[in-house]
Amino acid sequence: MKPRRFNMRSLILNTGSSLLLPLLVLFSLFLLLRGHDEPGGGFIGGLVAAAAVALKLFAEDYKAARDMLRVHPLQLVGIGLVLAAVASLPPLFVGESFFTAQWWSLDLPIFGELKLSTPLLFDIGVFLGVIGTVLTVVFTLAEAEHS
Amino acid sequence: MLIAVLSCFILACFAPWLHRLGGRHSGWLLALLPATLFAYFASMLPTISQGQSLQFAYAWFPGMGIQLSFLVDGLSLLFALLITGIGFFILAYGGRYLEKHKDLGRFFVFLLGFMGSMLGVVLSDNLISLFVFWELTTVTSFMLIGFNHEQEDARKKAHQGLMITVMGGLALMTGFIMLGMAAGSYELSTILNSDGLTEHALYLPMLLLILLGAFTKSAQAPFHFWLPNAMAAPTPVSAYLHSATMVKAGVYLLARLNPGLGGTDTWLLMLTLFGALTMLTGIFLASRATGVKKVLAYSTVMALGTLTMLLGLGTETAALAAVTFLLAHALYKGALFMVAGILDHSAGVKDFTQAGGLRHSMPKTTVVAVLASLSLAGIIPLFGFVGKELLLEAVLSASKWHIGLTIATVIANILVVLVAAIVALQPWFGAVVETPKKPHDPDIALLIGPAVLATLGLVFGLMPFIADKGLLAAAAGAVYGQPVELYLALWHGINLPLMLSLSSLLLGLLLFKVWSGWRQLTNFMHSAEKIGPEVVYERLMLGMTQFAAWQTNTLQNGYLRNYLITTLGTVIIVVGWALLRVNQLELNISFQDMRVHEVAIAVLLIFSALIAVLVRSFLAAVAMLGALGFGVALLYVFFSAIDVGITQVLVETITVLLLVLVLYRLPEFRSLSSTANRIRDAIIAGMTGLLMTILILAITGARQLEGISDYFLQNSGPLGHGRNIVNVILVDFRALDTLGEIFVLALVAIGVYAMIHLRTGALPVTNSDRRAAFNLRRTQKDKAKADAKAEADASAVASKGEE
Amino acid sequence: MTTLMAILIGTFYAAAIYMMLRRSVVKLVIGLILLSNAANLLIFTVAGMDRGIPPLIPKGELLIEGPAADPLAQAVILTSIVIGFGVLAFAVVLIHRACEVVQTDDMNEMKGTD
Repeated sequence: MKPRRFNMRSLILNTGSSLLLPLLVLFSLFLLLRGHDEPGGGFIGGLVAAAAVALKLFAEDYKAARDMLRVHPLQLVGIGLVLAAVASLPPLFVGESFFTAQWWSLDLPIFGELKLSTPLLFDIGVFLGVIGTVLTVVFTLAEAEHS
Repeated sequence: MLIAVLSCFILACFAPWLHRLGGRHSGWLLALLPATLFAYFASMLPTISQGQSLQFAYAWFPGMGIQLSFLVDGLSLLFALLITGIGFFILAYGGRYLEKHKDLGRFFVFLLGFMGSMLGVVLSDNLISLFVFWELTTVTSFMLIGFNHEQEDARKKAHQGLMITVMGGLALMTGFIMLGMAAGSYELSTILNSDGLTEHALYLPMLLLILLGAFTKSAQAPFHFWLPNAMAAPTPVSAYLHSATMVKAGVYLLARLNPGLGGTDTWLLMLTLFGALTMLTGIFLASRATGVKKVLAYSTVMALGTLTMLLGLGTETAALAAVTFLLAHALYKGALFMVAGILDHSAGVKDFTQAGGLRHSMPKTTVVAVLASLSLAGIIPLFGFVGKELLLEAVLSASKWHIGLTIATVIANILVVLVAAIVALQPWFGAVVETPKKPHDPDIALLIGPAVLATLGLVFGLMPFIADKGLLAAAAGAVYGQPVELYLALWHGINLPLMLSLSSLLLGLLLFKVWSGWRQLTNFMHSAEKIGPEVVYERLMLGMTQFAAWQTNTLQNGYLRNYLITTLGTVIIVVGWALLRVNQLELNISFQDMRVHEVAIAVLLIFSALIAVLVRSFLAAVAMLGALGFGVALLYVFFSAIDVGITQVLVETITVLLLVLVLYRLPEFRSLSSTANRIRDAIIAGMTGLLMTILILAITGARQLEGISDYFLQNSGPLGHGRNIVNVILVDFRALDTLGEIFVLALVAIGVYAMIHLRTGALPVTNSDRRAAFNLRRTQKDKAKADAKAEADASAVASKGEE
Repeated sequence: MTTLMAILIGTFYAAAIYMMLRRSVVKLVIGLILLSNAANLLIFTVAGMDRGIPPLIPKGELLIEGPAADPLAQAVILTSIVIGFGVLAFAVVLIHRACEVVQTDDMNEMKGTD
């Protein structure tokens, strides 16, 4: 029985992925930010972003994907958890109960009105947590394969 | 009062530090607490001796009607004084006795903890708190018997004592609950004053259960064997717990409940029968034993039996006899146990046959031992004599079976004299026998306890009215249920009890002359012990372990398949049965309202699920799963769940990637199960599927309650400032749930990372090695299987599917 | 449509259970995937299938006009899909690792291997 090797490298995929990648990452951010009003949100955005990095992994190799991400995915999980947990705290300072949403609006000269809120912060935490988890699993397995 | 009980526990917490602080005299230091408590309880004497009682109540679980209430009357005060008084000497004694022991600090913890629990037992007015304290004494007793826990024997015996008393404790709790239900209150002071308890329908079961609890605790036959075994504990513990106090908890309970539950034929029969049986068994075994502590332990069993018998009789005389005997016994037996400890500590003597002529080297100890033994034998003018006269009087005037009981008592008395003679004479008089250690009188800490207790036996004997007027009359009144008219006296004139006493004294002394002959005569007991209750207990314990092993092996067999089959089989039967029993089961079956594209997708999904099951290639199965996932996503979108659909598509993509990444390196599908197994599994799977289908039809057909979704629909915009309601729920309304969810995801990430990166243990070095080893193993196995069953197709198909 | 969905979900459950009862761990994974899909669809169906309006409020409004699909069930299922993925990922890696250590994929042989 011959050992099975995993190989999906092809020129088309390679070129395609380098074009697609920035678009996918931007798209994931777009999904995240509009999530409160239109379909999207932290989970969906996170999955898209993770899929984008995974695409890089399949098109090139583990190292390239790892370098692109710069940080270790487990760190993303940690940051995500902290952000989501921190989002629960601000209401405590204004005398409301834990996790009550807080909204602030900023008027910026070019972008117009910018709405900031604890749910947005929370959603960013979810976003990072999902990316981190999916990529930890994928990277870990790829690494095991790689070594 | 609460402080008095709790102070023992509080001091127990600090005992190890105080022990370090107090050094050699830490025993004395800690003994200050029981001394204070003794003074506190003694200050109640004037009130109590007039026949009054004191009550103290503190809310504990007000919602459940359980309050921490304490009742002080003659009976509880007698016990409280014994506990604190003897406790004082025991702490001082134990501090010296175990001076060199490394765990002395721990010893104090348990001993003080026990003291608090025992005080709780005798002072509680509430059945529930009494039970809690009761169990606490069991636990501390367990700790103390197993104090030398490095010895297997001590552990085993501690375990035995624990098992038996805990078993009785469970019965007792049930009995208490019944008693509480029958009386409508858990307060002892109410229960004892309520009428008609003995006519209640629950009377018999509750009585039997409570008796089981009391009998196991007080080592009544046939549970008597744990008490001599409990002598594995250090001697101060034996003197305190297993002679003077804890084992009397059962007797205390019987005495306490006598006014409420006593007086019936069942009560009389059970208590006198088991009491007399225990009395004879205990003293007979004591007369045969030679180990110092064994003899004393068995004679304690005899005393407990006697007390039970007296409580069973329930007459006025018997009540007075019981409390008198109890006090006398606590005094002389406490003293004798401490003397036994001195024998071991100062001379290294553990067996009566090893010693002789010690009176020359240990004169003070000899005096104490003789004084206490005279009380044990019931010789005038000691307090034991008063107790024994009353005992005989009570038995002679019993309402039933008085001849039989008298004979039993006299026989027991003869043997008691023999035992007393052994204890009083054997080690001290006669020819000097070489002992393991050089014998000498111990220092004051060891000697003061037995000396004071033995002297008290003499004082009370000469002036019984002190004990009587002070406390015993009130105690007997509490047992009897109304004030007693009798009084204690040393001299009743020449009467039948005196004659019986004298003759048993003579016979006992005669028997002592031929003690070794008596032991040989009764050698048949060796074979009798092989079928005794202890062997039954051992068998039961062994059987229980074997049963546990068997049922663990049967139920926890390690096959996921079997767990699933058991669980699902149960679900199918239980839920299926419930569905059949529902009279109007409305199934919501309608094939209208279907659109072509939806039906197409659904049918496609059904087929892809079936194909995923049936295909023999792994990649094909993964492909089918991918198709299935996207189909499901489409269904979500069709039914206006857009976010869910998108998530499903993304997750499905990544899942397929993962499966390809990981399972790619796993072996191909193989046919492992037999056809019969397949059919069985198919039936179970099919039935589960059918059950789910029916359940869905039944649920959707049933009347619906108002959902909470409307709230979200109404408030997302105004409160959540968001137009995507699903997302508003996720990140705002139910954000805490989502936070929990991403914590789960984080756990997955950490777990996965740890599994792959933190490898330990010997593994094949490289991947190719690993794979080669894997494949080799598999081929060999497949080959063996093919040969055996002539089934060549399995591996052939598997390898074909791979290409 | 509910009737058809009930049959569909029943089939999913049956297929999942059958796969989980097999001796091969790989089939166990496939059973798990089927099972989580079946459970999600179960929630979805029981909450009431609705072709109506998605739970999205039109721009500039505060409320949806007319009956909208149940947003709570959707939020629950969304969560459950992601959690299901997490559990699956964990199971897959666990099995991968177990096969590596025990050198077999037959659960009968995995039994009692510590």
